[in-house]
Amino acid sequence: MAILEVKNIKKCFGKTEVLKDISFSLNKGEVLTIIGSSGSGKTTLLRCLNFLEFAENGTISVRDKIVYDGKNHKKIKDNELRENRLHFGLVFQQFNLFPQYTVKKNVTLAPSLLKRNTPEEIEAKADSLIKRVGLEEKKDNYPATLSGGQQQRVAIARALALEPDILCFDEPTSALDPELTGEVLKVIRSLKGHDSTMIVVTHEMQFAKEVSDRVIFMADGKIEEEGTPEEVFGNPKSERLKAFLSNSL
Amino acid sequence: MQEFLTVIDALNQGFFQTFKLFAITLLGALPLGLIISFGSMSKFKPLSYFTKTVVWVIRGTPLMLQLFIIYYVPGQLSGGMSPWSAFEDDRFIASCVAFIINYACYFSEIYRGGIQGVPVGQKEAGEVLGMTKSQIFFKVTLLQMVKRIVPPMSNEIITLTKDTSLARIISYQEIIWAGYSFIKGSRGISGIVWPLFFTGLYYLVFNGALTLLFGYIEKKLKHFN
Repeated sequence: MAILEVKNIKKCFGKTEVLKDISFSLNKGEVLTIIGSSGSGKTTLLRCLNFLEFAENGTISVRDKIVYDGKNHKKIKDNELRENRLHFGLVFQQFNLFPQYTVKKNVTLAPSLLKRNTPEEIEAKADSLIKRVGLEEKKDNYPATLSGGQQQRVAIARALALEPDILCFDEPTSALDPELTGEVLKVIRSLKGHDSTMIVVTHEMQFAKEVSDRVIFMADGKIEEEGTPEEVFGNPKSERLKAFLSNSL
Repeated sequence: MQEFLTVIDALNQGFFQTFKLFAITLLGALPLGLIISFGSMSKFKPLSYFTKTVVWVIRGTPLMLQLFIIYYVPGQLSGGMSPWSAFEDDRFIASCVAFIINYACYFSEIYRGGIQGVPVGQKEAGEVLGMTKSQIFFKVTLLQMVKRIVPPMSNEIITLTKDTSLARIISYQEIIWAGYSFIKGSRGISGIVWPLFFTGLYYLVFNGALTLLFGYIEKKLKHFN
């Protein structure tokens, strides 16, 4: 059963069409990676899923319920928008941790504002998430004292704390030194199989190959090719994908 | 000795008036400045143009002139009967109004710089975590803004302590007024100049204390960038 159904998403910035009729679906527990050269619309697509950008056309449905409709999003109330966007989580390229708060507070802030659980439950949940990303000892540290890789792991814990249906990663390792990418990818890999449905925009082809259930290759705001990692990496059909892969690997 | 004590007593009273104007101005201008900064950042164009025009006029003309206008013009318009005379402390009230408006405009630009200096990713992180606009402002942006504005605010606030002396132009009896009064003659003493110079010490000590306070605040906010 598809947990996410994206249909006919279109997005323009001024006169430039960044997303041209994007449709795809995703099953629960699946990991989808989106690859493609810069400017192909990958990040914009993720931002549309998280309502940081508003697609002019198209619908996004989660569990068969339409959470976004480009035709009437302007009529939607703030509350409903916030409610709907919580189906999605987003881990940013630049982490965007809140610098004035400790690691733990970064993780607990949003859940406590949403008041979904008791403070004790929120604390316990945060502790276990921080442990899961391997930062138990750093939980009282401020982000400025952490390495980029550690900050990104905190950002993952922060996103997981709200238990999104679909967790999105926007080039989660692109801002990191090469020796720090491993620890972040390891955490993302470890989420697989935990019921987490994930969409990962990445330039790490090896990682995409091994972790994905499905791969989408985007070019010029369109889905140029899509399939299992074996199909996309092993047997690329379009010339553009062939060219992209030979440049990336 | 008797003369010294008389002068000090007068200067203390004058400084109390200076401090009163200083404190009330901050109390009014700090929040008003934030509201004005929201106005000038508003996406509603007429509001932002209007606010920017007001800020331009207030920052573009001397505070001394604004004091004159605020104190005298309402009386002129209402045909001689100044609305300020409804207050016993009319010169103080008029000074407060002029100072609050003037300083709020300066503060608003400092706030605007502080708010716009917070990376957009912070707001986006709040949004994707389901926070409301006001939660994002109060829980995410505000403290980061405060950290950014402490140095320019310190500057403005130290300037304010000294600017309060402008209020003597409408005969508000602050400390410079008190010091100067001993040249013309006051409390049976006349023709002495040192009390006027001595007022400098009051400003110096007070601003010293403020500098320490701002240093302390900066230190408190040192744990993040």
